[in-house]
Amino acid sequence: MKRAALGFGVTAALLFAVAPLVLGDFRLSLLAKYLCFAIVAVGVGLAWGRGGMLALGQGVFFGLGGYAMAMHLKLADAGPGNLPDFMILYGQLDALPWWWAPFANPIFALLATVLLPMLVALLLGLLIFRRRVRGAYFAILSQALAAAFAILLIGQQGTTGGTNGLTDIQGFFGYDLNDPVNQRMVYFVVAAALLAMLGVAWQLMRSRYGELLVAVRDGEERVRFLGYDPANVKLVAYVVAAGMAGLAGALFVPAVGIISPALIGVVPSIEFVIGVAVGGRATLAGPALGAIAVAWAKTALSERVPSAWTYFEGLLFVLPIVFLPGGIAALFKWRRRARLVPPAEVKEKVAA
Amino acid sequence: MFGYRGRRSAAVLVAIGTVAALTACGAKTGDAVGSAQAGGGAVVDTSGSAVKVGLLNSLSGTMAISEVTVRDAIKLAVDEINAAGGVLGKQLEPVSEDGASDWPTFAEKAQKLISQDKVAAVFGCWTSSSRKAVKPVFEKNKALLFYPVQYEGLEESPYIFYTGATTNQQIVPALDYLKSAGKTSVYLVGSDYVFPRTANKIIKAYAAASGMKVLGEDYAPLGSTEFSTIVNKVKASGASAVFNTLNGDSNVAFFKEYKSAGLTAEAMPVLSVSIAEEEVKSIGTQYLAGQLTAWNYYQTTKGAANDKFVKAYKAKYGADKPTSDPMEAAYTSVYLWKAMVEKAGSFEIEKVKAAANAGGITFEAPEGLVTVDGPSQHVFKTARIGKIGTDGLIEEVWNSGQPVKPDPYLKSYSWATGLS
Repeated sequence: MKRAALGFGVTAALLFAVAPLVLGDFRLSLLAKYLCFAIVAVGVGLAWGRGGMLALGQGVFFGLGGYAMAMHLKLADAGPGNLPDFMILYGQLDALPWWWAPFANPIFALLATVLLPMLVALLLGLLIFRRRVRGAYFAILSQALAAAFAILLIGQQGTTGGTNGLTDIQGFFGYDLNDPVNQRMVYFVVAAALLAMLGVAWQLMRSRYGELLVAVRDGEERVRFLGYDPANVKLVAYVVAAGMAGLAGALFVPAVGIISPALIGVVPSIEFVIGVAVGGRATLAGPALGAIAVAWAKTALSERVPSAWTYFEGLLFVLPIVFLPGGIAALFKWRRRARLVPPAEVKEKVAA
Repeated sequence: MFGYRGRRSAAVLVAIGTVAALTACGAKTGDAVGSAQAGGGAVVDTSGSAVKVGLLNSLSGTMAISEVTVRDAIKLAVDEINAAGGVLGKQLEPVSEDGASDWPTFAEKAQKLISQDKVAAVFGCWTSSSRKAVKPVFEKNKALLFYPVQYEGLEESPYIFYTGATTNQQIVPALDYLKSAGKTSVYLVGSDYVFPRTANKIIKAYAAASGMKVLGEDYAPLGSTEFSTIVNKVKASGASAVFNTLNGDSNVAFFKEYKSAGLTAEAMPVLSVSIAEEEVKSIGTQYLAGQLTAWNYYQTTKGAANDKFVKAYKAKYGADKPTSDPMEAAYTSVYLWKAMVEKAGSFEIEKVKAAANAGGITFEAPEGLVTVDGPSQHVFKTARIGKIGTDGLIEEVWNSGQPVKPDPYLKSYSWATGLS
């Protein structure tokens, strides 16, 4: 328990004090992007690592959150009564489509970024888990959903921006995103959100519910015979993971300035999961660390070797899964156990 | 659960973070952005003996096949300029980044080139989606992008120079050509994204005003290879020509289906605006011979400048590599930037822009003399209709006679009012 508090403290110090001091504006805004992926990863860690649901369609929830936020920001940029720029360019519309209208309200939009993905996950989950769809079938189903959602968005160019997505976002609730100071603020908001989501995941994992979730993962039928309904147990983790992905999508928009179908289709959905696998799916910090590591490696490799980086990236995915099935997190655990250091020293090491 | 202390310390940290974030708030939207605060624009690093220029192209993903050739053409221009002594006495150092056919990645890499490498200009992007993704980045940082591909118009960014054709230099002349060739009805086939949809909007407005009939309009998802339905509809429509805005692989499937349905270039020609020499090679001349294309440059374009360009390109990258319109426009864009810098006598972005906006920037390009139109930051280009030959090259069958003034918003065409 003390260790967890210390872990949170160190993470917070790193995110709020060290990173802003060490990194320049550009690198800090990249870190904000990585942290958004880390928030998705925390949710995937919960659903997959703890609940055994291989959620290969998190892009859908990320996209719902991102589009909800971007729609509001586009409307705010356009000003009351005006259509967003891309609608004038591509659509033959006289008025705002009805489903855009409520997003002009900032409170509705903010709530929608999290609640909309959760609602969709709830409806889906009720259908899927009650029918006892699991394993590969669940993974394929979520994957198909991500593909379908991306195709739907691309087809509706006049109202969703099509393949372009929603870009050229100028303001964030009245603050000018072109100002580096405000970009920093966005970073702090993302970092705080990640810490909060880690807190939520930690609470869930430590609670009786968390034990039950692991039990469902390891022996669903046994849990059923004990009198619990595994469908409900899984549903909670799935909905929470969807909410986290939605929140991440919403924060991604001001941090990066764009949301497009390229971020929610099959490939990005798989990438979310790969980060979690690399980091160690069943731990608390592992998924977040893995997501950050993978996103950072993608940037670093593509800057060093722009013409061959995809091969290195592939290697990066294969090697940890073959040689380190527990992910990066397992590396730390193993070292700790091997050296049998007393708790006092652990504290020093982590603090260092 | 959090320990008592743990919970408190976490709460304190989050509170500190939030306060730090809120007190650090900067400019509000609508504020006049002070130059000190939001940056007076990108700073070009001219301290060394070399000046960096950015190359932003997809080197991986679906667009790589096309964009790598553009990157090669830009590199050729940079090498030639360096061999001839550089720009203002400085050598050019190309920094290449991979946009990975992914729009957010394009935005990230554009920002990297501007703020980490402090490049003097960036050359690249192909799809309209990637251009739309990086446009705010260049505008925010006040940095320069040279965009080398024909596009759907209806855009003018103060920080982008468009060296490919806009609609009145490619699509409108193509329609004029079809009309003069006696084609009274067209069928529109395109990929489902921005360029085809916008292009078709323009075509329909043109057709409505000129008495041409549009007999149908169909879109296939990018990368789709299922065309039997569309081709059957085209055949049943009895149109006198097809206007094709399909992109990439889809063309292969479309033209195979077209041929096997018994449709020919003589009876119902297909005029394509996204098929250049490189694509002809991959689709196969047996399906394409006799079909029409609309561009501003072909490998066969006459002139000493083009002979030199084709020769240099083949010597550097291989005798079997064709040159195409986007490659030529990219190659030309580097020389146009050089001319702007030399006229300004400085690498400073605002001065370079001012020199270009004042007019008079020209270059004897492989496509002929090109002139930068100061106010719109587009380029005067000669429109050329070509016929694909059995050897895979494209022969010009018609040209506009002189370079056409760029008109991205089609303001000089009465039928186009209400389009933008």
